Amino acid sequence: MLCDDCGKNPATVHLTEIIDDQMTELHLCEECAHKKSQEIEQNFGLGDLLGGMVDINKAEKDPEAAKIKCPNCGLSYTDFKKIGRLGCGDCYIAFKKYLAPLLKRIHGSSQHMGKTPAKSAMGLKEKIDERDLRNKLQRAIEQEQFEEAARLRDQIKEHEKKAAEENDEDKE
Amino acid sequence: MKINDLLNHGSEWLRGTGPNSDIVISSRIRLARNLNKLPFPHWANKKQCEQVLNAITEAASRVSLLKQTTVFKLSELDAIDKQFLVERHLMSHDHAQKSEGRAVVVDNEEIVSIMVNEEDHLRMQVMQSGFNLYETWNIGNKIDDLLAIELPYAFLPEWGYLTACPTNTGTGMRGSVMLHLPALVMTRQIDRVLAAIAKLSFNTRGLYGEGTQALGNFFQISNQVSLGHGEDEIIGNINGIIRQIIEQEHQARELMFSKNKALLEDKINRSFGILKSAYIISSQETIELLSLVRLGLDLGLIKHIDRARLNDLFITTQPAHLQKIENKKLTSEERDVKRADIIRKRLGVSNS
Repeated sequence: MLCDDCGKNPATVHLTEIIDDQMTELHLCEECAHKKSQEIEQNFGLGDLLGGMVDINKAEKDPEAAKIKCPNCGLSYTDFKKIGRLGCGDCYIAFKKYLAPLLKRIHGSSQHMGKTPAKSAMGLKEKIDERDLRNKLQRAIEQEQFEEAARLRDQIKEHEKKAAEENDEDKE
Repeated sequence: MKINDLLNHGSEWLRGTGPNSDIVISSRIRLARNLNKLPFPHWANKKQCEQVLNAITEAASRVSLLKQTTVFKLSELDAIDKQFLVERHLMSHDHAQKSEGRAVVVDNEEIVSIMVNEEDHLRMQVMQSGFNLYETWNIGNKIDDLLAIELPYAFLPEWGYLTACPTNTGTGMRGSVMLHLPALVMTRQIDRVLAAIAKLSFNTRGLYGEGTQALGNFFQISNQVSLGHGEDEIIGNINGIIRQIIEQEHQARELMFSKNKALLEDKINRSFGILKSAYIISSQETIELLSLVRLGLDLGLIKHIDRARLNDLFITTQPAHLQKIENKKLTSEERDVKRADIIRKRLGVSNS
């Protein structure tokens, strides 16, 4: 029997494909079968693919890897390999050793270069808090609650001092 | 806002305006975020999902840029409502399969939508008509900054935003641009173009996202890599690719127009003819024919149709939209008749 695909070499690999309830049989030579298997791989679920990628790095050979569990959510490294999804943010810390090479394989880099929530949120939060305090201060003065006003004024000063220090750190 | 109010509202991505809107349908930015310590949706129990849902909807209600939004809890929507939101590109097909502890927050202009407990706790999408990725990113970035004040995100300085799937780690950002490329398809150059895109680590998908085929010559192109590059850099890279594809589509259109105008006019006007006279039509055939009529409009071979009216047909002829318009469940056969009816009326009226 000759290969269904190229029709030149003898068929040595026999495949059964089921697409939409339609069964087709394929008889392929070694070379075409290899090509076909690459195609099939591309159609695999992400979990399978990631599982495969993880295997490539040393995690598989490390008997410790299978035992590691995330202390926060309880997902094990074996679970991750099976489903291709982490369980929570802390999993990244628990599986750090094995994730670093995986991230590098996927993205070609393992160093974040984008925005950070701390920087974006902190500055804004300070500003919003300070605005709230100033509004409260205004109200306290209007209502002649001077003790409260003094307390608020100190808080605002504290805020301004902190903001100035952070600015200095940024400059360094 | 009630879900039916969306019916009287043109979808942002089909407005047909913005830069390069003859080829670029829409620009979209998606940001994936998760709350610190809480298990990701696939690994969380019902209570934890509810906890995330409450935290996110509460936070969103405090964000000034999200004042004009509505929270749709998926447990309170029926199958048609869910499909309706998918057709409007306000949530993913995967999200629509779920209900308990899931929601989508939609802004009244349909520019911003936030899926709660899809693959990640929070997935924000910002969508604009035309080729407009930077502006789209600016909107998303601002809302993200404001949400970060309210929500403790899972984040590591070296790996960025931590996501359920490591393919999204880093910026958690996907920028995507939806293109209409009929001339590249007709001149059989599309495979070459798509192969080149794939080599550069970009993804191509169809009209309705992951796993869908390229129906009606629509292609969605997005970045694959989310770690190791800043958001601006990623967007810059996408923009570079998109500009080249736009150029190639323009060339293919010109080539067909100058060398094969009769063939082009024939195809376009036959499509127009079928749409104007069919009494039974499937949604797939509709999209394919509308695609060619749209090309005819771009090339000036078809006149007297309003672009917005044509664009609107892409969405109002979708199954859930038809059932919403009719306000009842319709079988597939009934939909095909109703669809043809609506198209005839829309295209006929503007013609007279």
